[in-house]
Amino acid sequence: MDKIYTHPRALRKTVTHYCPGCGHGILHRIIAEVVDELAIREKVIGIAPVGCAVIAYDYWDFDCSEAAHGRALAVATAIKRVRKENIVFTYQGDGDLAAIGTNETIHAANRGENLTVIFINNAIYGMTGGQMAPTTLLNQKTATTPKGRNAQLQGYPLKISEMLALLPGVKYIERTSLHSPQEIIKTKKAIKQAFLNQVENIGFSLVEVLSPCPTYWGISPSQSLNWIRDTMVKEFPLGRIK
Amino acid sequence: MRQKSIKKILISGNEAIAEGAIRAGCTFYAGYPITPQNELIGYMAEHMQDRGGVFIQAESEVAAINMVYGAAATGVRAMTSSSSPGVSLKQEGISYIAGAELPVVIVNIMRGGPGLGNIWPGQSDYFQATRGGGHGDYRCIVLAPANVQECYDMMILAFNLADQYRNPVLILGDAMLGQMMEPLNTSTKFVIKNVDKSWALTGCKDRKPNIVKSFYMVKGDLEKFNLKLQKKYEALQAKEERWEEFLVKDAKLVLVAYGSMARIAKAAVKTLRLKGKKVGLIRPITLWPFPKQAFKKPKDKYLVVEMSYGQLIEDVKLSLSVNAQVGFIGRAGGGFPSEEEIIVKANKLYNG
Ligand SMILES: Cc1ncc(C[n+]2csc(CCOP(=O)(O)OP(=O)(O)O)c2C)c(N)n1
Repeated sequence: MDKIYTHPRALRKTVTHYCPGCGHGILHRIIAEVVDELAIREKVIGIAPVGCAVIAYDYWDFDCSEAAHGRALAVATAIKRVRKENIVFTYQGDGDLAAIGTNETIHAANRGENLTVIFINNAIYGMTGGQMAPTTLLNQKTATTPKGRNAQLQGYPLKISEMLALLPGVKYIERTSLHSPQEIIKTKKAIKQAFLNQVENIGFSLVEVLSPCPTYWGISPSQSLNWIRDTMVKEFPLGRIK
Repeated sequence: MRQKSIKKILISGNEAIAEGAIRAGCTFYAGYPITPQNELIGYMAEHMQDRGGVFIQAESEVAAINMVYGAAATGVRAMTSSSSPGVSLKQEGISYIAGAELPVVIVNIMRGGPGLGNIWPGQSDYFQATRGGGHGDYRCIVLAPANVQECYDMMILAFNLADQYRNPVLILGDAMLGQMMEPLNTSTKFVIKNVDKSWALTGCKDRKPNIVKSFYMVKGDLEKFNLKLQKKYEALQAKEERWEEFLVKDAKLVLVAYGSMARIAKAAVKTLRLKGKKVGLIRPITLWPFPKQAFKKPKDKYLVVEMSYGQLIEDVKLSLSVNAQVGFIGRAGGGFPSEEEIIVKANKLYNG
């Protein structure tokens, strides 16, 4: 009989600290599965962000480094440059990658660093209590946009993946979502591609994943999935960007 | 008999630091241009790659310090350099490096401040360098070279100390030292002390995964870690104090100065000695740990000479167990006490 379910070797057997309905746990598992399938556990080095996923290294069972808030791609750049034989990836939230770390993101991409980036867009700052993120939608209420995001005051949702696609150093960008099993399968496919690209020395690859945050969206886990499907994807269309 | 000739090259302090770092086994450098340390990044750009290392011109000092964090996390010898405003930007990163216990060397070729200030020599970043600089209870090992030869020779010490103590090491120079050219003898033998780096990120082949981090969520863990750091700092204070003494033994008045300021102070001491004044000089070489032992047998009088407004003097006073008379002369913002100004002040203190 074929074994169709098993605990990934690259994922520790432990309970996570994430809220019910959060997308981080799903993404950690997908990454662990991809690491197993590509047989790279012994050479992968993950960079955890500052954000809800700061202790991702307590869940993954391979070498990891923490990076200061927003600096994951500077840390990853150096690691990959001195250890080309390793597979280096960053795992970053929207605040980490597209607000405080925008500079590091753009320049690592523009240098065409041979890195894999997993970018979790939950349209909010989870760790600090639900403040506006650069990706917060117009009219979306957050702790710092109590009346909803107003374009005149807070600008528009930042489409950093589309911006990065303009750079010649960037080889692959895809936006996926976690709002249904089918989308989760697509997410895994994209993440595997982004890792494979590094294995094959193709260059800078990024997967943006729309991910639910029921706690700070103030709705139930199932409503959160619907909100991604019906509202968030209109601002952040899914599919291959580059 | 013919003397064996020692080959010397004419080189700036900035370049001597760069060459010293490469010979000390530095294989990763990231930096962002800023005067007066541009010769350093320029030298690294020219030589690093050809000699098997990695050079990156970073997009900012913030990126540069986080790049050396990453490189050091894999176990290689890594360095960044900058000048005052850029070193201010690096402070968060230095705190993370101290917190993750990574061996990194950081060079600050100080200029005038605050703010954009100017590009003239200064020593106004003394507090920032010796008190940690960023957030949290941590210390950098701080080395202060005073001439081009020392800029070079000190790099092997810097990297060895960084590795041995898993701690950031700061080289604190200034525009005068960075820019001045002097003959350099590069025949000094550098002994790279290889230490165990089994904590480094290399991929978890045949071992448990390694994690480089400074985050401690479980109550009590961070306090425990801080106590471990304090132990390390006590060991550093006990074992690594370094200083130079010049004519201190019979001196009634001892000048205290570091870096290029100490050279001018030394010239003043020599002139005063010619006039029969019993004057000497203590030159701290490690600014942290501060050479407290140099003040163990206190003299009657001290004169602290700085290119800043009363920073070094605090450590001198803290190191004195008795109430000695401690005079001060300092200028900043591009000015520095001249030999003549020092002599006037020293005479007053000596005779007073
Ligand atoms: C320099 C600095 N500024 C601010 C913070 C506080 N902070 C921690 S995480 C975070 C934002 C987290 O949002 P995001 O990156 O979107 O990740 P999420 O928590 O939503 O997964 C902020 C502002 C910090 N740790 N460091």
